[in-house]
Amino acid sequence: MTTGKKGFLQSLWDFFCSLKLAISLLISLAITSIIGTIIPQGNIPPEYLQTISETKLRVYQTLGFFDMYHSWWYILLLYLFTVNLIACSIKRLPRVWKIISEPTLIMDDNFERSLANTHEFKMPGDAKGIAEKLKAALRGQASQPVVTERDGAVYLFAQKNPYCRLGVYVTHLSIIFIFVGALIGSFFGYKAFVQIPEGVAADTVYTRTEKPIPLGFAVRCEKFTVSYYNTGAPREFKSVLTILENGKPVPGYVNIPVIVNDPLSYKGITFYQSSYGQAEEGALHHLSVQPRSGGPAVKIMGRTGERIPLPGGGHLVVVEATQNVTQFMPQYAGPAAKVEVTLPGKQPETFIVFRDHPEVEQQRGGSQLIAYEGGDVKLYTGLQVAKDPGVWVVWLGCALMVIGISMAFFMSHDRYWVRIDGGRVVLGGSASKNPAAFQGKFESLVEKIKQL
Amino acid sequence: MSSSLLFNITTICYMVSMLVFFAFLATKNKGVGLAGSLVAYAGWLIQTAAILLRWKESYDLGHGHAPLSNLYESVVFFSWTIILIYGVIEAKYKYRVVGAFVVPFALLGMAWAQLGLNSGIEPLVPALQSNWLLYHVITCFLGYAAFAVACGISMMYLIKAGQETEAANPSAGGIIAMFPSTRILDDLNYRSIMIGFPLLTLGIVTGAAWANYAWGTYWSWDPKETWSLIVWFIYAAFLHARITRGWVGKRAAWLSIIGFAATIFCYLGVNLFLSGLHSYGGGR
Ligand code: HEM
Repeated sequence: MTTGKKGFLQSLWDFFCSLKLAISLLISLAITSIIGTIIPQGNIPPEYLQTISETKLRVYQTLGFFDMYHSWWYILLLYLFTVNLIACSIKRLPRVWKIISEPTLIMDDNFERSLANTHEFKMPGDAKGIAEKLKAALRGQASQPVVTERDGAVYLFAQKNPYCRLGVYVTHLSIIFIFVGALIGSFFGYKAFVQIPEGVAADTVYTRTEKPIPLGFAVRCEKFTVSYYNTGAPREFKSVLTILENGKPVPGYVNIPVIVNDPLSYKGITFYQSSYGQAEEGALHHLSVQPRSGGPAVKIMGRTGERIPLPGGGHLVVVEATQNVTQFMPQYAGPAAKVEVTLPGKQPETFIVFRDHPEVEQQRGGSQLIAYEGGDVKLYTGLQVAKDPGVWVVWLGCALMVIGISMAFFMSHDRYWVRIDGGRVVLGGSASKNPAAFQGKFESLVEKIKQL
Repeated sequence: MSSSLLFNITTICYMVSMLVFFAFLATKNKGVGLAGSLVAYAGWLIQTAAILLRWKESYDLGHGHAPLSNLYESVVFFSWTIILIYGVIEAKYKYRVVGAFVVPFALLGMAWAQLGLNSGIEPLVPALQSNWLLYHVITCFLGYAAFAVACGISMMYLIKAGQETEAANPSAGGIIAMFPSTRILDDLNYRSIMIGFPLLTLGIVTGAAWANYAWGTYWSWDPKETWSLIVWFIYAAFLHARITRGWVGKRAAWLSIIGFAATIFCYLGVNLFLSGLHSYGGGR
């Protein structure tokens, strides 16, 4: 005999069916989840790492605290939770299904004593006539009653909302849907990022670990703009995007404005407005050069990093530029550029030139006075790119959860039984939810029957 | 008339209502209890008008949006939802005395908002320009408010249960004798959480839907998201604990109080102590 083994399997099953395990897991999940809200997750800032001790760092790393919601033990808790949920539901569902599909039709004495609400009436007439009258009364409160005759007595049974008993199971099932949806997303989807300068098309996006993902089509950023409230706070970030297949614009996907909270989807891949900045390549800078000795200023121009010939020989390179220097050098305003100037036979010299501060250039003491007149800056748009084929399963799960919880909390399976035995009529009732409210309903039914 | 004046009147109403409720506890006079409720509801109506007026004022400033966009507005809305949920529970179950333990939460919110928070109407940053903001904030705060009511009821439960075990000294129980019985308080606690849990669930779901719509991820383990999940786990544990024997009564009351403490941390503590995506920043 394998009673020992069977006993083990049985107790394992009981363990996974137990509500105590469910409560312990819920509380464990609640408590452990706190860790990841205190310790930074994912890309850890180095300043943080310097503030903690060597041992702490090693402990955190071993326990996966820097990515704790994906650590083996957190995932294990979630799996245990899922097994618990499934086992517990499997164990209880048949019993509940039986209550729904094979209701007790006959209220005998024993059953009557187990009911919280009963009332006895004296009614004239024969059992058939009384039954007809009571059927009408019950129909007003619940379903069409089922009539059973046995041993000369007539029994009625009527119920309301039997299926709301499944609400709990719908709720539990919805959690499984959400997990499955999340798993589908993590296996078959991705989250990525791309920066596209204005006028440029991109056909590859990059994950957080810089892994390139080809899109299979291209996205061109036609234009990026920022608008402001009169308080100076940003009002809208807008990219105008066009989708290209084999280099040709796709009809219906041309010049589509994408703003925060209004993304663009194409072939299951969605583009979200996320950030922006100045495109490094492409900006065209304007400068003016005047001999210190006097004479006319000469306008020159060129792109970032290009060698721009100077009128008196030598060349100039714009290393970087900004249209508003105040954010970097609060004492100055207007456009400014860091330039590297190489005069014939001299070492290169790097300095900053402004449009609105000629006095700085005067003080430098070079043979030429250089001013930065500004640039036609191109912006790039930063787009979050996501593909998640599991998201619909997750939404289905969420919908089921809300429906299931509403069924479980706000609906009640009300049942009424009647036994007509001679002139003696007994009404009994019970509800799956909210006994106090049911008592009210039961009493009003009693009043109604008394009026008959 | 400005919304700010109306908010001040609201605050005073809640203050008066709380004092009247305390008098109700002392006098046990039914009329006093009724007055306490009526003053609270009057304050709530004025507050409703004030919120609508503030909404209109934001349009007058040229960047209209629902008044749910910063800490001040959310605290005001929270105290509005607390009185609303209290009204629902009172209308349904007729235990007026609960007000003495619930109105103070609403008063605390209003007093803090009016005295300590920046009440300027600011334009919406791009991230908040979405109808999802409305659905998300309303469901979350209605849920929070139901948990606040449950917490007040649980405190009454613990006081009452504590007094019942010290039955040797019945004279001390003059005020507490006004409380509904522990059985009823336990049931009311459960019922409030039955209102709050589906609302919090909807709040989390609408938040996830919004995040997915705005950023392409419905869940990113942001501290605020995680804390809302923690709160949800605690109340799920509460609901399941009730089904097992031995977890009604005191332990359920404590779980409800812990749940509300976690709720408040989720709402305020996360912004004050942790960092994340949500914008109801601490002192701003
Ligand atoms: C966070 C996850 C869960 C949620 C949201 C959830 C939700 C619910 C809800 C709303 C109810 C109805 C409670 C009531 O009527 O007061 C319920 C009942 C129940 N749940 Fe869960 N549940 C979860 C996890 C679990 C797990 C892991 C188990 C595993 C044992 C479980 C077992 C049960 C049982 C046995 C019932 C009672 C069924 C009955 O009354 O016949 N639940 N659940």
